[in-house]
Amino acid sequence: MKNKVFLGALTVAGLAAGAAAAGTLDDVKARGKLNCGVTTGLVGFAAPNANGEWEGFDVAVCRAVAAAVLGDSTAVEFVPTTGKTRFTALASGEIDMLARNTTWTFSRDVDLKFEFVGINYYDGQGFMVPKDLGVSSAKELDGATVCIQTGTTTELNLADFFRSNNISYEPVPIETNAEAQQQYLAGACDVYTTDASGLAATRATFDDPAGHVLLPEIISKEPLGPLVRHGDHEWGDVVRWSLNALIAAEELGVTSANINEMAAGTENPEINRLLGTEGTLGEMLGLSADWAKNAVAAGGNYGEVFAKNIGEDTPIGLARGLNAQWTEGGLLYAPPFR
Amino acid sequence: MSDTHAQTVAFVRETEIPPAPPPGRETGVYKWMRENLFSSIPNSVLTIVALALIYSLLSGTLPWLLNGVWNTSSLQECREVLDGQVGACFSVLTERWNQLLYGFKYPVEEYWRPNLALLLLLIALAPVLFFDLPRKLLAFTAVYPFIAFWLIWGGSILVPIVALLGFVAAGVVFQKYGKGSFAVGFFGGILAAIVVWNVGGFLIPEGASENAMLAAVPSRDLGGFMLNMMLGVTCVSLSVPLGIALALGRQSSMPLIKWICVVFIEFVRGVPLITLLFVASVMLSYFFPPDATVDLFLRVVIMITLFSSAYIAEVIRGGLAALPKGQYEAADSLGLDYPQAMRLIILPQALKISIPGIVNVAVGLFKDTTLVSVISMFDLLGMIRGPILASTEWNGVYWELLGFAAFLFFVVCYGISQYSQWLERRLATDHR
Repeated sequence: MKNKVFLGALTVAGLAAGAAAAGTLDDVKARGKLNCGVTTGLVGFAAPNANGEWEGFDVAVCRAVAAAVLGDSTAVEFVPTTGKTRFTALASGEIDMLARNTTWTFSRDVDLKFEFVGINYYDGQGFMVPKDLGVSSAKELDGATVCIQTGTTTELNLADFFRSNNISYEPVPIETNAEAQQQYLAGACDVYTTDASGLAATRATFDDPAGHVLLPEIISKEPLGPLVRHGDHEWGDVVRWSLNALIAAEELGVTSANINEMAAGTENPEINRLLGTEGTLGEMLGLSADWAKNAVAAGGNYGEVFAKNIGEDTPIGLARGLNAQWTEGGLLYAPPFR
Repeated sequence: MSDTHAQTVAFVRETEIPPAPPPGRETGVYKWMRENLFSSIPNSVLTIVALALIYSLLSGTLPWLLNGVWNTSSLQECREVLDGQVGACFSVLTERWNQLLYGFKYPVEEYWRPNLALLLLLIALAPVLFFDLPRKLLAFTAVYPFIAFWLIWGGSILVPIVALLGFVAAGVVFQKYGKGSFAVGFFGGILAAIVVWNVGGFLIPEGASENAMLAAVPSRDLGGFMLNMMLGVTCVSLSVPLGIALALGRQSSMPLIKWICVVFIEFVRGVPLITLLFVASVMLSYFFPPDATVDLFLRVVIMITLFSSAYIAEVIRGGLAALPKGQYEAADSLGLDYPQAMRLIILPQALKISIPGIVNVAVGLFKDTTLVSVISMFDLLGMIRGPILASTEWNGVYWELLGFAAFLFFVVCYGISQYSQWLERRLATDHR
């Protein structure tokens, strides 16, 4: 009997928590801090630096949202999550949003009841080979030994790719990325395959990065993006349009360097609407008029964030590729701000 | 007559030969080597193989160790300095030293607080570990947990004081009523503590933590080896008494107590620790409203303590079972009641027998604290695998970091095992 009462009390408490979490935007404003879920550490995407400040490509999304909502890009409580704890942390309300290189898939969106608000990085599975191998295309890899992480979708993608191209390969199963690096460098396999951004980050740690090449074939779709809980559309809109503001700012040529100048008013009405000198976009979101200006000023537009954290001038050295603006042959396409 | 011999024998030695040194092959290093290393052909072969192994091991590691680089700021820089030569990049240890020891969020200017807490820990542990020291020192041990809590977490000093007062009240009530009936004293003590904590909770002013003498540090900001030490020390010191209680409870003749203990022990031993940790970090946040959760550190401490107390209970039950029945009967015939018999006769002997087992569990527990990195707490291993290896500067440094972690754990675990051997020698009462 007592147990029943106790469980009942827990249920009521849970329901009350669910009801309270309905207005995430108001919660965040009242708290004065955004709780943002990130990884416990992934090169270029999220990691604390020597001073303990979080940096990275996913971190920049958190900071932009915090700047848009609270006007302060440092008002973020970063909650590190592992691959196993990330979804429960979001579903239980411990975090307001998750920006943790999470692939947008049907089941995560529909079955787990999350809302992917957009895509901040188009990833895909690629191949790395030593330059000495003299291979320039994955289709020339007939008979190669391939290091592959077991139990992942990459394993299935690999099998599909080789079968559909009618070539043979020999898998070398490995457990972690660290082990893969050692095996690959020791020559236990000719090819290492995983997500292209992961390959680039791994290559950056080698003694001689120039001795290894990433092959041009990308054999899977891994759209990574921030996500929020189902059912709170106001909050979902805030996160979605904060991300879109970064992308649109690059398209419109608004950078962290010229943003103050542009915020004074320009000839381009879309820039004016974005930066809040025209129209009432901020009010519609329930934010201040300069929300997008704050978001962009936090770390720069999408292109600046990319270049600073994972772009070609960083040790990771990723090219824009699919992540270029649609005007430059990429897939980034922010809906219009009007 | 005397001349006869002088003609028949050519030489008679009249003085003693001075002692000659033994032949070269029977002395010193040569003899030692012949006897110990090359006494037979198989032994000689083994010696040579072993020497070759040691040589290849040292020639592989020594240049790496001795040629280590200590003062660069990134792996690339370190490799430039090494310029193709073999050498370790120990600069990751110097650059991330604080992060390895304290985690990446503990405020730098407050590092003296955990340091002081560690120093006081040694003082508080001394009378517990070395019982030749004056017993009065135990008073400090009793208040140490509250001092350490205040030092590490900071915030209002009223919180640990109220907690301490609760325990004092429980102790007073138990002293007063425990003589008559153990149950009245025990439950009365618990009630008194709860009353004091609740009243105290009301009396502590709202926001007392904000301008406290020591800035408050939330549990999430703890990390590094400090977190391993805190978890290890707290959980070991909580799980030993709990384990004793469970072991005694399992032997109890009262069915309810006996079955509670049996079910608890068997259940906990049947579940992996990592499952309990996931329950602590993930499941509980579903049950509680987001604002009213139990502190993550406390949740983890509870889970690890429950886990290891079940193992310690079984170890101590082994010790109890090893005592001859005559010891129990002797206690009874002296007219001692149950608590006295246990305290004076049974437990001292049973615990002495169980020392190796308890130390075994304690060492295992200390190493198991690294499992908290899977629930995204940044202990030493979590710091290495997460933030440090994920930074663009240090991605790819494995041997140096993990070797350092292994070294720290080895120092502590070897210390524990040396202490337990000393303790066994000190307690040895059989005359071997």
